[in-house]
Amino acid sequence: MADETKAPVAENTASETPAASAPSSSGSSSGPSSSGGSSSGGSHAPHRSGPRDSRDSRGPRPGGPGGGREGGRKFFRRKKVCKFCVEKIESINYKDVRLLAGFVAESGKIVPRRLTGVCTPHQRRLSSAIKQARNIALLPFAGRSN
Amino acid sequence: MINRTYELMFIVRPDMVDEELDKLISTLETAVTSTGGTVKSVEKMGKRRLAYTVRRFNDGMYILLTVEGSGGLIHELERRLRVTEPVIKFITVRIDEEQKRLDKIKKLRDARKKAAPAPAAAATPAAPVAEAGEATPVAQ
Repeated sequence: MADETKAPVAENTASETPAASAPSSSGSSSGPSSSGGSSSGGSHAPHRSGPRDSRDSRGPRPGGPGGGREGGRKFFRRKKVCKFCVEKIESINYKDVRLLAGFVAESGKIVPRRLTGVCTPHQRRLSSAIKQARNIALLPFAGRSN
Repeated sequence: MINRTYELMFIVRPDMVDEELDKLISTLETAVTSTGGTVKSVEKMGKRRLAYTVRRFNDGMYILLTVEGSGGLIHELERRLRVTEPVIKFITVRIDEEQKRLDKIKKLRDARKKAAPAPAAAATPAAPVAEAGEATPVAQ
């Protein structure tokens, strides 16, 4: 993986044309190494968004089943429903730690909504409730430092 | 315009005596009433383990204070809490907008429930009741 990231970086520095080479080089490489490609594109000053745009247009986030385009995303994407909408939970309070802890990873990070299936307005309220709970030491900021 | 409802949760160090805690709470209550607010409720949530170390403490006594008043009142309360030595953490949340939203949802739900099971007969007594319920918050 690390070797693959080094190869496009070498190509970019050798060719010295920022815009033209950057999209093509990152287009050939797969998902994780394209992030390496975009960082090298950023070092060539004017076109920072070049490789990023091509990456977005090439591989849009798969909403339904049929992921795996970005390589390495092995999560099973079935139709997930928002827990709050189904159970009609209206108030997401920072005080109910048990409810919030279900949406926090072991490391203490807030789980993204594409994994939990929560709808956007509820995810926003959930996220602010988790941040409030973190401030009052009901939830940790960082669980286990690896 | 003193109809803002706030929830003030603070943590007191675990080795505090109950009487001192009550003294602290009564001091805060007098501060609230002197500025023209009302204390809605005081809840001692008991000793809990903190999620991370705060001022070298691993547990603390949680107290929840629901207050109705203006913003200046909260400014004063927070100033006092900052100065008080046993208080190690506090957070203030404004809850009147949230309360309004929840009441609205509840009202819609009740209206729907009344409308669904008894459409014709019970709807007419239910409708004026619902209207009266809607009128009173509007008047406030």
